[in-house]
Amino acid sequence: MPKDHGIGASSKRREDVRFLTGKGRYTDDINLRGQAHAVFVRSQVAHGKIRKIDTSDAEAMPGVLKVFTSADFDGKGGVPCGWQIHDRAGNPMLEPKHPILAEGKVRYVGDAVACVVAETLEQARDAAEAVVVDIDELPAVIDMKEAVKGGALVHDELGSNLCYDWGFIEDNKAATDEAFKTAHHVTTLELVNNRLIPNAMEPRVAIGDYSQAGDDYTLYTTSQNPHMIRLLMGAFVLSIPEHKLRVVAPDVGGGFGSKIFHYVEEAFVTHASKVVNRPVKWTCSRSESFLTDAHGRDHVTKIELALDKDGHFQAIRTETYANMGAYLSTFSTAVPTYLHGTLMAGNYKTPHVYVNVKAVFTNTVPVDAYRGAGRPEATYQLERVIDMAAREMGIDPIEIRRRNFVQPDEFPYQTPVAVQYDTGNYQATMDKLIEIADLAGFEKRRAESAKKGLLRGLGVNCYIEACGIAPSNLVGQLGARAGLYESATVRVNATGGLVVMTGSHSHGQGHETAFPQVIAEMIGIPENMIEVVHGDTANTPMGMGTYGSRSLAVGGSAMVKATNKIIAKAKKIAAHLMEASEGDIELKDGKFSVAGTDKSVDWGAVCLAAYVPHNYPLESLEPGLEETAFYDPSNFTYPAGAYACEVEVDPETGKVTICSFAAADDFGNVVNPMIVSGQVHGGLAQGIGQAMLEAAAYDENGQLLSGSYMDYAMPRADDLPFYKVDHSCQTPCTHNPLGVKGCGEAGAIGSPPAVVNAVIDALQRGGHKHVTHIDMPVSPSRVWQAING
Amino acid sequence: MYNFDFVKPTSLADAVKAMAQEDAQALGGGQTLIPTLKQRLASPAVLVSLSGIAEMKGVCVGDDGALCIGGATPHATVAKEAAAKFPALAALAAGIGDPAVRNRGTIGGSLANNDPSACYPSAVLATGATIVTNTRKIAADDFFEGLFTTALEPGEIITEVRFPVPERGAYAKFQQPASRFALTGAFVAKYGSGVRVAITGASENGVFRWTEAEKALSANFSAGALDGLTVPSDGLIGDLHGTPAYRANLVKVMTKRAVASA
Repeated sequence: MPKDHGIGASSKRREDVRFLTGKGRYTDDINLRGQAHAVFVRSQVAHGKIRKIDTSDAEAMPGVLKVFTSADFDGKGGVPCGWQIHDRAGNPMLEPKHPILAEGKVRYVGDAVACVVAETLEQARDAAEAVVVDIDELPAVIDMKEAVKGGALVHDELGSNLCYDWGFIEDNKAATDEAFKTAHHVTTLELVNNRLIPNAMEPRVAIGDYSQAGDDYTLYTTSQNPHMIRLLMGAFVLSIPEHKLRVVAPDVGGGFGSKIFHYVEEAFVTHASKVVNRPVKWTCSRSESFLTDAHGRDHVTKIELALDKDGHFQAIRTETYANMGAYLSTFSTAVPTYLHGTLMAGNYKTPHVYVNVKAVFTNTVPVDAYRGAGRPEATYQLERVIDMAAREMGIDPIEIRRRNFVQPDEFPYQTPVAVQYDTGNYQATMDKLIEIADLAGFEKRRAESAKKGLLRGLGVNCYIEACGIAPSNLVGQLGARAGLYESATVRVNATGGLVVMTGSHSHGQGHETAFPQVIAEMIGIPENMIEVVHGDTANTPMGMGTYGSRSLAVGGSAMVKATNKIIAKAKKIAAHLMEASEGDIELKDGKFSVAGTDKSVDWGAVCLAAYVPHNYPLESLEPGLEETAFYDPSNFTYPAGAYACEVEVDPETGKVTICSFAAADDFGNVVNPMIVSGQVHGGLAQGIGQAMLEAAAYDENGQLLSGSYMDYAMPRADDLPFYKVDHSCQTPCTHNPLGVKGCGEAGAIGSPPAVVNAVIDALQRGGHKHVTHIDMPVSPSRVWQAING
Repeated sequence: MYNFDFVKPTSLADAVKAMAQEDAQALGGGQTLIPTLKQRLASPAVLVSLSGIAEMKGVCVGDDGALCIGGATPHATVAKEAAAKFPALAALAAGIGDPAVRNRGTIGGSLANNDPSACYPSAVLATGATIVTNTRKIAADDFFEGLFTTALEPGEIITEVRFPVPERGAYAKFQQPASRFALTGAFVAKYGSGVRVAITGASENGVFRWTEAEKALSANFSAGALDGLTVPSDGLIGDLHGTPAYRANLVKVMTKRAVASA
């Protein structure tokens, strides 16, 4: 019987009741008394010198309180980058200022030049159109390889468009190069990891609320990490001490990374609310989201794989150009480096790995973490080049992977790219995949497809990721400007109910359901006695928020630590109540008993005693039952798995249809299997979206061609198959108390290569032997072009 | 959106009167116009809604056997009510957009807008339909004048479209992956007098008749009859979703598929 509560139960997501009945409270639902509205004037050109901004007509228009330009932010800082990278020579990266409103130059279409604050939204819009911005247009820098050659500079003062040229690990380079010289076979693949637009269902919103009475500020914002916004904006941008700044991120309608970052609009409304002495609200339109939300991916890579005669991997060498866009967004510099280079060993034993990354400024919107962040880019190139090598050498693609796997008895496994995998079993997930995907039946299905004139193909790949970020001392050494622990306060009420105040932030993940399952299991009380509070710096301990599949592995561990402190104290109280020795107290099913006796008190009686301490060891124990814990992980967690995709290609039109998709994942222990399946489903949809449909495209002048849903293709339900997902292969994480690994990004990381491998397989089997690679998205026109090219 | 006045007449006569105002703009189902207004890309002084005019709605069969569709009839109604008489047209209507679009968008609005990737123009042109307005009747061959351009005069309202029902007909659409408009769509209609083929989505000049295919199919109405034909890619659309050469390929493939399913 599956469990019906606690760890391992598929408890229904309690938050969905409000989400599905329209009762969620999102930032745009908040309207403050006296609120004014902000509308940004944004650059229409990708690159240019600002000659003059004339705000006089706009300021005279009805309802206008003030028109802001960069002059109104004199003395304020720029939006900071959270991670400093050092290049191959040990020099720090080039780091331009990212001002709240453009200073002197505009650097991408959508760059904020001015902002109107007015009584109503319509008045602000009207006035924004009346702001006259005189710009001397400059040549735009769009193509990364052109950008590094010099010519037009995105930031004149930096003298270069190359943010950094990073080697990882530089000491591996010579041995890697040597291994290529002696290799039996080398496979080389050049590919593009396509630029994506995050498209969270809820656009970004920010409301600044300055209180003259207390000389303090509240920012309501669509954020995945309110404490980080408070720290970055308070300390680096506006010089507001943290005790005078509260950041609230209420219900947030999806983030996928795009709501991690500190955006200029947040700093704008916070500062503007003091200037106009009114709350100031900004709600991003969907069109504005396309232009201003940090985009994802956008890597151009050359990968080489050296093999011996039996297909054993000898060395991997890569060169990647990573687009930073016009400014450095919060996590942007870490994504192509430590979130990407560290994963280039994959699930395999490759003795030599060397990764080179050139981060490049261009006149495009900043690029930053998007679901998977660096790890999809690593997985895609590795799993594509392995497939290609297998084909070139005539080895079955599953067999070549098995031959190179880190074997189950080889953990912990130290890779040549810094990380140490604590546990895993890649053979087991591959076995499971073969079973659930019914690979034995593929040939029969292929024959059926052929009867319809369709080419069927099978793509299989593995993935591993490092998530649950991150050990603070490690990332600190690597350039992170923040710690990456997590926090939890567990407050027990007098009548026994609990509130968990977590530094993690839920924007769709299901924390409000899963976190109580853990505590319910630990104490032995019903889940509905436990509530989760998150998203408000005023009532949660300093935490780092939610991204990088870290909530349960890191935030959940903090919660377990705090709960253990609660249990330890409660046992002391129980011992007093039963006049027994503390060491003899056992907690089971919400009842404290004295070992070897029939004496017991229940959970509620102990909680009541803590707050009504009439009979209580006051001389040795404080009243109350509330504990806080911080947890800093000692390692990443390393979920891994094997994915299979089957496609049909229509050779006449190039249209690819995904017939089936199977995912066998190892997430260690699973708290809520239904939520985990849901996370995998969502990740697969995004990964398949990247592989099949999505592409952010700029023209050579820096205009966004895919600036609406008319041209940016999001996956719809009928683009996707019914998934077969399995997470029964479980090698528990060895270093966190729950034995859990992150599951939020896996689907998006593991799926793109499976799709492309399947398409290439279909074309190869269909006789189109000249097609060895197609860049994502594998759209109908690209596939047709490849066939007929 | 900019401010505008809004009127919703209940008779054609009142609508015509309202349209005589300066900067008046007719509003059908609003599936193109409303997003345009929200983007502030249009600023009519007055919007004249045509959705309250009963005489402009519905599907019926005329004395000459033509299928007559009121200009303000939504796609969903056509999908349902034309199914028995003209299944190819009903199927086309059922494949436009999504349910929300089909329940708001109208045939008159689609034709007046003449989006080069819209579905309806191909059916109108392939059947040689007649577009009836408040002032005249316009033959399909005279109606479409290029991208977003038609023979309609300012203030002229499409009241009805009359389709001669073909012996055999079908529409085959290849969807643009993002918008799901026709990347290329082919409508084939076979009459006793010959075959007409209209292509949408492909040309920089909007919907057009593929006369070589008409000739070949008039002689032999089978997909194989098109095998020897080539479609020049000159003047075809090239964009993010396909080159002119790709669209030229789709013209042939989709026409063959339409013939095969007709």
